[in-house]
Amino acid sequence: MKQYVALFLVCLLSFGTAIAETPQQKGLRIATEADVRDSGWSDTTADMLMTLRNRAGKTSKRTIRTKTLEGRGDGDKSLSLFDTPADVKGTAMLTFSHGLKPDDQWLYLPALKRVKRISSKNKSGPFMGSEYAFEDLGSQEIEKYSYRYLGEESCGKGWRCHKLERTPAYKYSGYTRQIGWIDTKELRPVKIEFYDRKKRKLKTLTWTSYREYLGRYWRADEMFMQNHQTGKSTRLQWKNYKFKTGLDSGDFNKNSLARLR
Amino acid sequence: MPTIPLPIISTVVAALLTVILPGRAAAAEWSGNVAAELRGFISEGAWPGQGDGGISVSAQPEFRHQWSDGRFGVTFIPFARLDSMDDERSHADIRQFDFLWVMDQWEFRAGIGKVFWGVTETQHLVDIINQTDVLEDIDGEDKLGQPMLRITRTIGNGGIDLFLLPWFRERAFPGIDGRFRPPLVIDADLSSYESDDEEHHLDWSIRWNQSIENFDFALSWFQGTSREPLLLPAGKVLAPFYPQLQQAGLELQYTGEAWLWKLEAVHRETLSERYQAFVGGFEYTFVGINESAADLGVLLEYNYDSRDDTALTVFENDLFAGTRLALNDTQSTELLAGVMYDLDLNSKSFRLEASRRLGESYKLEVEMHLFWDVDPLDPMYAFRKDDFVQVRLARYF
Repeated sequence: MKQYVALFLVCLLSFGTAIAETPQQKGLRIATEADVRDSGWSDTTADMLMTLRNRAGKTSKRTIRTKTLEGRGDGDKSLSLFDTPADVKGTAMLTFSHGLKPDDQWLYLPALKRVKRISSKNKSGPFMGSEYAFEDLGSQEIEKYSYRYLGEESCGKGWRCHKLERTPAYKYSGYTRQIGWIDTKELRPVKIEFYDRKKRKLKTLTWTSYREYLGRYWRADEMFMQNHQTGKSTRLQWKNYKFKTGLDSGDFNKNSLARLR
Repeated sequence: MPTIPLPIISTVVAALLTVILPGRAAAAEWSGNVAAELRGFISEGAWPGQGDGGISVSAQPEFRHQWSDGRFGVTFIPFARLDSMDDERSHADIRQFDFLWVMDQWEFRAGIGKVFWGVTETQHLVDIINQTDVLEDIDGEDKLGQPMLRITRTIGNGGIDLFLLPWFRERAFPGIDGRFRPPLVIDADLSSYESDDEEHHLDWSIRWNQSIENFDFALSWFQGTSREPLLLPAGKVLAPFYPQLQQAGLELQYTGEAWLWKLEAVHRETLSERYQAFVGGFEYTFVGINESAADLGVLLEYNYDSRDDTALTVFENDLFAGTRLALNDTQSTELLAGVMYDLDLNSKSFRLEASRRLGESYKLEVEMHLFWDVDPLDPMYAFRKDDFVQVRLARYF
């Protein structure tokens, strides 16, 4: 009998908190749930084609292969191998991401065969001259932001979305806040608006053509970043997504960057 | 060196590699670059016979093939240059031609290879495995391929490397027409060695490197033929003499948010001398200057050599102050410039390197070196008239 009373009390309390949930708590709860759903993939590899377009419509391309190891207790480890432009072919970047602590990063320069530890302070700087900042492409750990639930809206294709505001909690971000739309059914990111340090709208990132892998992990074939202030844009097209390929931490070693191709 | 011309060997080897290697043809790939270079020297040479500049072309094709999920690999990188000013600068080399086998935490490499050790920018003090290709540039960053057996054991985010180096590569020097030479020409054909085994002395080396939190460090030991020769008078020319050398090396870098603190130090012993040298300093980066995407770095490095002014090095008590600008634009525009100042002799030198991608596959590079107030006691005195500007256009494929 005592157990039933306890259970009843727990139910009552949770119901009570659900009602009293603040927008901050609700935002964090949705972000956490999205993170939990997209966990357990162990490792993933994929090929990325990046197309930079300036205001005059002139394009420039980069191709990058990525390998990521899911972090347990700490952030993810990732490797980026550059294939084009031809002058950077063979360049490799190794990143150990952490929550609020700065990431550890090593760059391999093939011409000199030199491995350089680099500072990761430059979070707001452009990645390979694109409209993506390093912080946009880094591992999106929960603790990197504070959240606020703004409401529910339709967000195209008949989808319903949670609208969340998130504010970077890490140092040296180029943003004061971001407004994100996450679909209510599978908790996939659909759109993010980025606001710069002067609180002006800077960029919009949209995800399209989602595919489901291993019956549970959703990845978009395409991510499009539009810069509203400069008129420039960058399209990312993803191919050959593979999960649970058997990578381990030994594959993410600064000494092995030279032999990765 | 082999008597068969290197381009012929390269072609034959390349053809063989393409034909005999296992796996899908798609896994084998060619890349590389061809480049044209213009060099102009601002003053007439200090020594008779020296030219005033010229045009030069180079090619470096790179063949790579990996199979069994990257557990095996072959790399072949020949290099050749033709130079209009100095016949000696027209040269060819096999930069890399090796076989790789990866097994769990072990990596084995056999063949001709290249490694880079070090953290600092002014000089590469600890880096000793490969002979420097001084004909390419005076910055010490171009190297000759070194025959080696290399065994690597990775440990965490680091590892231990063991090198067995069975064949020594002699340094090549500028000819009578060339710049960056002493008054007398150095004749590499007159090279002599302390060891009776001459260039076949079995050199070896071991290096441990690790990354712990914000620190990256490496400890190394080298025992064998000195890569840097002593130059002995031999009639109207100078003859290189290669002593045996033992070197203990340390590399250390602390990586903060905007600060990089760097140190390289060596202790060296030969038959005739024992000495210490180090280079240490910092690089501080201002991120996103003036609300732009550009980063501006400030570098300061101090160079010390315990042999004082008797040293054959220009880095005996010298301070380098420089700046690095990265525009972080689509064309990856970068610039590194700075002044080296000799605190004893007041000699000064300036160097600038800038590069920018043109379109998708070309790269334009500009390099400049200037020398002034060079003291006659400074080893750099021989180069005091060798101020130059170089423009290089490379096509990558």
